[in-house]
Amino acid sequence: MSDHEPAASTVAAVRPLERIAALWRRIDPIDFFFRSLQARIGAKRMAWAFLVPNLLIFGTFAFWPMILNFWMAFTGGTSTIIAERPFVGLDNFREILDCPSWLDPRGCPVVGYSFWTGLWNTLFFAAVQVPAMILVATATALVLDRDMKGRGFWRAVYFYPVMLSPVVVAVIWDWILKRRGILNALLGDVVERWNGFVAYPAAAAGLIFVVAFVVALLVVRPIAARFGASPAAARGGAIAAALVLATIAAFATRPWGFLVLADFRPVNWLVDQRSGWPMFWAIFVYSWAHLGFYMLILLAGLQAIPRDLYEAAEMDGTSKTRQLFRITLPLLTPTMIVVVVLSLIRAFQVFDEIWVLTGGGPGQATKMIVQHIYETAFTGDAKRYGVAAASSVLVAGLLLVLTLLQLFVSRRRAQG
Amino acid sequence: MITATDLTTFLTRRRGRALHWTDVVAHLYLAFGLALVVLPVVWMLVSSVKSQRALVENDPRLLPWEQVTVLGSEGRQLSVFTLVRDDGTRLEVAFLAPRGRNALVVPVAEVGDATRAFEAPRDRLVRKETVAPQIGNYTKPLFGTGDTDRFPFMRFFWNSTFVTTMATLLTLLVNSMAAFALSKYRFRGRDAIVVIIVSTLLIPPTVILVPLFITVQGLGLFNELWGVIIPAIASPTGVFLLRQYMLTIPDELLEAARMDAASEWKIYWRIILPLAAPALAVLAILSVIWRWNDFMWPLIVLTKSEVYTLQLGLSTFKGEIADNLDHLLAMTVLTLLPVTLVFVFLQKHITAGIANTGLK
Amino acid sequence: MARLELRSVTKTFGTARVIHGIDLEIEHGEFVVFVGPSGCGKSTLLRMIAGLETVTTGEVVLDGRMVNTVPAAERGLAMVFQSYALYPHMSVRQNLSFGLENLRMARAEITRRVDEAARMLRIEALMDRRPGQLSGGQRQRVAIGRAVVREPTIFLFDEPLSNLDAELRVQMRIEIGNLHHRLGNTMIYVTHDQVEAMTMADRIAVLRDGRLEQFGKPLDLYNRPANRFVAGFIGSPRMNFLSGTLAAIDEAGVEVALKAGGRIRVPVGAAGLDLGASVDFGVRPEHIRPIEPEGAPVGLAVTLAEQLGGESYLHGTTESGETVAARLPGQTSVRRGDTVGLALGDPGDRHLFDAATGAALPHLA
Ligand SMILES: Nc1ncnc2c1ncn2[C@@H]1O[C@H](COP(=O)(O)OP(=O)(O)OP(=O)(O)O)[C@@H](O)[C@H]1O
Ligand SMILES: [Mg+2]
Repeated sequence: MSDHEPAASTVAAVRPLERIAALWRRIDPIDFFFRSLQARIGAKRMAWAFLVPNLLIFGTFAFWPMILNFWMAFTGGTSTIIAERPFVGLDNFREILDCPSWLDPRGCPVVGYSFWTGLWNTLFFAAVQVPAMILVATATALVLDRDMKGRGFWRAVYFYPVMLSPVVVAVIWDWILKRRGILNALLGDVVERWNGFVAYPAAAAGLIFVVAFVVALLVVRPIAARFGASPAAARGGAIAAALVLATIAAFATRPWGFLVLADFRPVNWLVDQRSGWPMFWAIFVYSWAHLGFYMLILLAGLQAIPRDLYEAAEMDGTSKTRQLFRITLPLLTPTMIVVVVLSLIRAFQVFDEIWVLTGGGPGQATKMIVQHIYETAFTGDAKRYGVAAASSVLVAGLLLVLTLLQLFVSRRRAQG
Repeated sequence: MITATDLTTFLTRRRGRALHWTDVVAHLYLAFGLALVVLPVVWMLVSSVKSQRALVENDPRLLPWEQVTVLGSEGRQLSVFTLVRDDGTRLEVAFLAPRGRNALVVPVAEVGDATRAFEAPRDRLVRKETVAPQIGNYTKPLFGTGDTDRFPFMRFFWNSTFVTTMATLLTLLVNSMAAFALSKYRFRGRDAIVVIIVSTLLIPPTVILVPLFITVQGLGLFNELWGVIIPAIASPTGVFLLRQYMLTIPDELLEAARMDAASEWKIYWRIILPLAAPALAVLAILSVIWRWNDFMWPLIVLTKSEVYTLQLGLSTFKGEIADNLDHLLAMTVLTLLPVTLVFVFLQKHITAGIANTGLK
Repeated sequence: MARLELRSVTKTFGTARVIHGIDLEIEHGEFVVFVGPSGCGKSTLLRMIAGLETVTTGEVVLDGRMVNTVPAAERGLAMVFQSYALYPHMSVRQNLSFGLENLRMARAEITRRVDEAARMLRIEALMDRRPGQLSGGQRQRVAIGRAVVREPTIFLFDEPLSNLDAELRVQMRIEIGNLHHRLGNTMIYVTHDQVEAMTMADRIAVLRDGRLEQFGKPLDLYNRPANRFVAGFIGSPRMNFLSGTLAAIDEAGVEVALKAGGRIRVPVGAAGLDLGASVDFGVRPEHIRPIEPEGAPVGLAVTLAEQLGGESYLHGTTESGETVAARLPGQTSVRRGDTVGLALGDPGDRHLFDAATGAALPHLA
């Protein structure tokens, strides 16, 4: 009999689960209500009973607002009661579009200025952020797709920022990017140390030697190899070339003054309006927070590529470069399309991080289109719901066109 | 010259026999990424236990070095310095007042005795500091001492917890019910409903802000936590994810249960839900993250500080006061802590779940 | 008491009709087997009886009561599924008691029934395991146990043994037979294995393409198949068919001119058929004997001779190109390439089918 008794440790492990299971069974009396419902409407129609809560909420908070948005775009006033909102026709749209030049919003009236600034900023943001982030995400995913030890660890590390709330992300980076923040301190420190370092002739000579060595290795070796030298000969040649180069360089640049950098002046990263830094950091911080997600998806896509394809290519003597461009990337295309569409749609809706980080400033430098909608509708004294709804309609249209275009182009490419 | 082959080797190398130089570069690349991800958060962590003074002066040192002080005769806190004399001997002195290039100081041992004060050249004075984590940055806002009315952390925390818990429970319930109906029953219009629900994934939420707000207000949910909870319950992601999973549960199990006189609800509750537990876990984790980090929608619906969630409180707090940096950073850490803990323990499930569903 | 009646039952999926009006009466305590080739609608018919599938037209009648609209749970039947359909997240005990709990049965009674079933099926030692921790045969027993504890009026089995290996299948077949003997319930059992059907059934229903071809005792089906399909389906190796025409009709039977050459008498009535009508002559392999080629009605060029020791099989082709198999007791000296004559059974073992309709011509007395 004793051999039927499970070990003490398994009992301990099983107990909480069993307890949950027992609790689960006890909650069962809700069954009574549904039993009588089922008795009344029959088993088949219970499907609808299961669907109703979901459909109700979907209807109220997704479909109805979609319809309502169109209506609101044609109404004015500040009332939140739909029946009391006067119909104004195309006035809201006219107000947004009424502008001497859409490309230069500064000449527009208030609403147009806000809308067009937000739109151009968002377009710029998306045009830079999406390709940059996807490039880095793809490179990282490719590196992790190598036969990498601790892939789970790296994946988790890069994914971690995705878990952080936009507010936390913004506070962290705001704290780093303050004028008297750690970034400025670090940069100042680095410049100072560098200048201190190159002030010593020996250090500078060493540095030059290392650079020369690496350059020689990277340049001379492949060239030598291409002209048929054996690897050992190529390496030897490279080292000799490095020594010669380093010596020449060390003598030629004896004062080493060119290595001394100008003193670093702290930059007001998020405040200096003309520098372009605020937009840079908006893009950087947003990408920092979201890159891990796309990296994860791309990595999953890469890992789904059957390994034997590579082995087959290997057998065929396909070069690595060819494998990357003829196997990996084409097979990654479906994932890539998803990633591009998703990140583009999201980039268009960027709000949280940037609003907390810069508030759209300095001036209007990082004001995005969603911030325009938000502020038009919900801040300030005159709550211009109609204008905000009209802006939403325009943005939705733009998004739709962009998405369709995306899918169309990628379909074309997939076929052609 | 780095050739194209080198670059692709760096990107794509697999199962090499010997260590290739690109392996080193790959790890350097990854380590750089690691630093970029981890250092900002670590910097936030260590900064959160620094004193207000260290923060304002922006002390770039990692550890929370704090000025050592003694209580002076008039009840003033006096900074302690170490005076290095010409002969190399050292003396701990308290700083009383500046005197041009000199400073009026008094030995710490005799700090109460004004007659012992003397002048010492400033460049001979070295600050005396110790590592002193300022736990008060956390305890003051948490346990109600100091300026709690300005940042009632516990209330915000409770609001966030309430919203997250309720929304997650309801999300699981409502979406699993719908997924059950859409995966295990055959009825007219089923496929149309699936398509419609999934296509709402494509509606950018920001595009319906205004009408959603009007609807929520019309329902009397403005400035109510339920106004944040309810609109997001029905999640197309949730329905999609759960339905895909439930499709893999064999129909024969349900038929066996029907033969066993189980009602439809009982089938859902006792058969489907336990068997869909892995998918429910993924959705639960996602929902917790979504709701805990949610910002824009609460920002619109909640305008009274009593109903603020942690994220709202934090962003308002950030905007209002630059001089309470110490508390801001500490509260930021507390805000990111639950999510971080969840992540540390469930990291595998989260990344696997998201990689498999391709959804966030 | 459980008497089951199907009255012109049909079933349509979308536009496809898969059951074409089936009439069937099953008496209390009977063990009835549904057989037929894959896709003929056995499972569908069983599931309509169970209440898992709606009846398109016709009636399912249980003990005189029409139950078309009664939900599965309330019909008082129990079913054993092909895949067992054990609840993977419940222990064996929970699997057995789940249905009883749903019926709000008293705890003590549930325990009593479950323990009794466990004893009967020898699964007492497995009660705290999950289905995933059981072998195929053990799962099968649990699945049966789940049906047993319900004490149903009718047991329904849908190919319950098809996932088991051959040895276990024989053993479970015996156990199910014993179970039927002990409980005395009505059992309906679906299989496409005609050996299972022959060995287990009180009566067999042969289905083809949603139609009931014949319903009767196993030996009746074997001895007097109602049509060519049943004749070919029941029995292994299958019945040999030789085509021919009616050459003579008298009161003792008919004479058939075989395409393979020769004439043969079959003691059947030929009502409605004229001389010269096309017919199929059928005889089972076990009734054929090899004889000297000279004077034999049919000659066979042997293409394969299988010696199993206890019995032997001959395969070959006739002059008309039709294949014939013979099963001989003991061992034989016939070799591949030999030509033998065939003795085509006693008159009572010969069957004749209308080639146009496939229907069997009735044996005389
Ligand atoms: N839900 C359904 N929808 C449409 N057609 C179905 C459905 N279920 C069964 N069928 C069709 O009905 C016919 C009979 O199916 P059934 O499962 O009853 O066959 P079966 O005799 O049990 O076969 P098998 O021995 O392979 O289990 C098949 O042609 C099948 O394709
Ligand atoms: Mg079947």
